[in-house]
Amino acid sequence: MALLNDLINLNLTDFTTKIVAEYIWIGGSGMDLRSKARTLPEPVSDPKKLPKWNYDGSSTGQAPGEDSEVIIHPQAIFKDPFRGGNNILVICDAYTPAGEPIPTNKRHAAAKIFSHPKVEKEIPWYGLEQEYTLLQKDINWPLGWPQGGFPGPQGPYYCGIGADKAFGRDIVDAHYKACLYAGINISGINGEVMPGQWEFQVGPSVGISAGDELWAARYILERITEIAGVVVSFDPKPIPGDWNGAGAHTNYSTKSMREEGGYKIIKKAIEKLGLRHKEHIAAYGEGNERRLTGRHETADINTFKWGVANRGASIRVGRDTEKEGRGYFEDRRPASNMDPYVVTSMIAETTILL
Amino acid sequence: MAQCLAPSVQWQMRLTKNAMEPSSMTSKMWNSFSLKPSRKGALKTSTKFRICASASGTINRMEDLLNLDVSPYTDKIIAEYIWIGGSGTDVRSKSRTLSKPVEHPSELPKWNYDGSSTGQAPGEDSEVILYPQAIFKDPFRGGNNILVICDAYTPQGEPIPTNKRAKAAEIFSDSKVVAQVPWFGIEQEYTLLQPDVKWPLGWPVGGYPGPQGPYYCGAGADKSFGRDISDAHYKACLYAGINISGTNGEVMPGQWEFQVGPSVGIEAGDHIWCARYLLERITEQAGVVLTLDPKPIEGDWNGAGCHTNYSTLPMREDGGFEVIKKAILNLSLRHTEHISAYGEGNERRLTGKHETASITQFSWGVANRGCSIRVGRDTEKEGKGYLEDRRPASNMDPYTVTGLLAETTILWEPTLEAEALAAQKLALNV
Repeated sequence: MALLNDLINLNLTDFTTKIVAEYIWIGGSGMDLRSKARTLPEPVSDPKKLPKWNYDGSSTGQAPGEDSEVIIHPQAIFKDPFRGGNNILVICDAYTPAGEPIPTNKRHAAAKIFSHPKVEKEIPWYGLEQEYTLLQKDINWPLGWPQGGFPGPQGPYYCGIGADKAFGRDIVDAHYKACLYAGINISGINGEVMPGQWEFQVGPSVGISAGDELWAARYILERITEIAGVVVSFDPKPIPGDWNGAGAHTNYSTKSMREEGGYKIIKKAIEKLGLRHKEHIAAYGEGNERRLTGRHETADINTFKWGVANRGASIRVGRDTEKEGRGYFEDRRPASNMDPYVVTSMIAETTILL
Repeated sequence: MAQCLAPSVQWQMRLTKNAMEPSSMTSKMWNSFSLKPSRKGALKTSTKFRICASASGTINRMEDLLNLDVSPYTDKIIAEYIWIGGSGTDVRSKSRTLSKPVEHPSELPKWNYDGSSTGQAPGEDSEVILYPQAIFKDPFRGGNNILVICDAYTPQGEPIPTNKRAKAAEIFSDSKVVAQVPWFGIEQEYTLLQPDVKWPLGWPVGGYPGPQGPYYCGAGADKSFGRDISDAHYKACLYAGINISGTNGEVMPGQWEFQVGPSVGIEAGDHIWCARYLLERITEQAGVVLTLDPKPIEGDWNGAGCHTNYSTLPMREDGGFEVIKKAILNLSLRHTEHISAYGEGNERRLTGKHETASITQFSWGVANRGCSIRVGRDTEKEGKGYLEDRRPASNMDPYTVTGLLAETTILWEPTLEAEALAAQKLALNV
C-alpha cells in the first residue's frame, strides 16, 4: 500500500522529460466525460502544439462500429493535480475524420460565435455557479441522508457547518485546491440549501474559456468523488418534493455593461433574452422542468421575469449593479447539467448579435 | 497544519460509526485479546496491508489534495467568510478566491449572501451584505489562506437585527470605555453528542453513565470522551491566532471547556466566534455533533455556561477591589436586563443547583461558585483583579455580553437611592 502510494506520486521529472497528457472529451449523452492518457516527449504549454488524437466513438454512442474513429482536437491545457509535475489535462472537442464537428460537439459552434468581431469587441465575461449533489454509492441516495428516510427540512444547511449539517466538505475543499493548482479560475465555493448539495463558481472567464474551465472543473470533481467513493450528480432535481434543485446560474457582462451607463445596456440585453425565452430554455439542460417550478428560489419555466436582488426571477440583477448604474446580471435559468459552451454562446448571440 | 485532525481518517461519507466512540468498548471487551477495535467498516489507518488496497491508496490521494500547498503555483489565496445566521447561534461560511495574501480586514472586499436561505431576508430582496471585521489563519487549508469573521448589513448599510457586533463595536469605541481598557476572559463550555441519536458522546445509548464526580478534568477511556476534538481545537486555535488560554474536561461527561482571553474590547467576541467556528468544523470532521445548549440533559447533570471574566484598568490597579465592588453593584441593579440577553434557555440551567445561582436572584461572593458573580480569593487578597460573571449560558452571544458588561459598569449610572439600597442588600460598602 505504501508502495502503491509512492508510485502514484512518483515525480518523474528527475528521470525523464516525458510527460503524461490526459485527453478529455464529452461523450454521447452530452454530459458524460471521458478521458485517456498518452505520453509526450516533453512538456507542452500551447494546445496548438499538441497532436490530435482519436478514440472509439462506437463505445460512447458517437459513431457507428464500422467507422468508429472520432478525432479529438486539443483546445485547452490545465495542470494535472493528480499526477503533478509537468503532466497535463487537455480539454478536447470531437470531429469526424473529414473534419466536421460531430453532433454532440457544442464547442465548435460556440467558438464561432465567440470569434465573431462584434462579440470579441464586447469582451464577454462569464461567472458560472455550478451546483451539484453528492450521492452515496450503490444506493444513489444523497450523502448524509439516512437510508430509507429524510433529513430535517431545509434551513440549517446553506453554508452550514457541523457533522449534522455539512456532508462531504472534504470533496469540496480538495476540489477547490485541485482547481487552483490546475490553473482553473475557481472563484469560490459554498454549501447549498439542500443537504449534500454544494456549489463552486468559475470566473470571471472571457468567451470560450468559460466553457473550457467549467468542463475541466467538472472533470476534476468527478475524479475526486471517484477517489472518495461517492457519486456526483448533475441532475437538476435529484429529489422531488420540498428540496431545492441544482442549477448553473450564469453571470454575464459585456464591456459596455461594465462601463458608465452600463445599466441601460443590461436592461436592453434582458429584454432581448425575454424575447427568446423558449429557445434558451430548450438549450438550458434536460429535465429543467422538474426544477423550474416557481418555488425553491426559481422562476416558473414558462415565465420570464427579472428583478433586482430577486431570487425568484429568471434574471436577477444585483443591488450593487443597480446602485452603480453598471455591472452584470445573473441568468438563473440554466440547470446544473447545462452545457456551458451552449449557454455562454447563446447568451452572447442573443444579446450582441441579434 | 491542514492535516486531518482526527486520529483516524473520519470521512463524512463513511456513515458507519466513527472510531471516537469508546462507549461501545466496555471493559469486558477491553480486557480481551485484541487491543484494536475490530469493528467492520471503521476506517482506521493501519500499517497492515489491507485487502482493499485501493481504498487506502486513494485516501492518501485525497489527503494530498486537501493538504496541497498551492503557493508555488499561484499567489491566489482562499478566504473563508464567516457570519452568524438567523437563529443567532448558527454559524455559516463560504469561500472566495483573492488574488493575493491579505494582512488587514480593511483590504478585504465586502461580500453578500442569500439571506432568504438563513432566515435573514425575504426572497424578493435577499441580499445581505457582509463586512469583514477580523482575520485569522485557516488551520484547515494552511498556507496564506484565511478565515474572516464578518457581520451582516442591509444593502442600505444598516446592521440587520441579528447583527449584535455593530452595537458592541459602538460601545467599545466610546471614549470612556476605551480609556478603561476592558479585558475579557471567556470560558466556553460545550457538549459533544453522538450523531443521529444526539445523545452525549461516551454515554450508553438508552441509558446513563455513572453520576458526576470522576469526569471533571478526568483521564481514561471511561471518564474522558472526545479529548481529540478538544486537543485538535486547541492547536487549531493557536495556529489561527485566536487567544485561546486553556482547556479542561468538564463535570458532565462528554462536556468540555476552552477559554479565550484576555482579550480587549470587541476582540473577545471575534475570537470566541472564530473559536466556535473552528470547533464545529472539527466536530464535523470527527463525525460528532456539537451543541451549545445550556442544559443538554435534564436532571442531575451540569449545564453548560460561558462564564465571562471581566476587568477594567482601574480594577487591575491598586485599590481596584473597590472599583470591582461598584461594578458588582451596578450589575445587581440591571440583573433582569442582563439575564434576558445572556442566552436562550438559560432558565433550564440557572436553577441554584449544579454550581449556578438561581436565575431570579442576584448574588455575589468570593470563591463562591453558587453565585451570579464570583470574585477570586487572589483578587480579594491583593485588593485588585477581576470579577467572573457566571450567569451567561453557553449559547450566549459574546458581543452582546461583553458589550453589556462594559455598558453597565462604565457608561451606566444608577440613581443614588437605588445605589444605596443595593449596597445595603449586597453588604457592599461603596
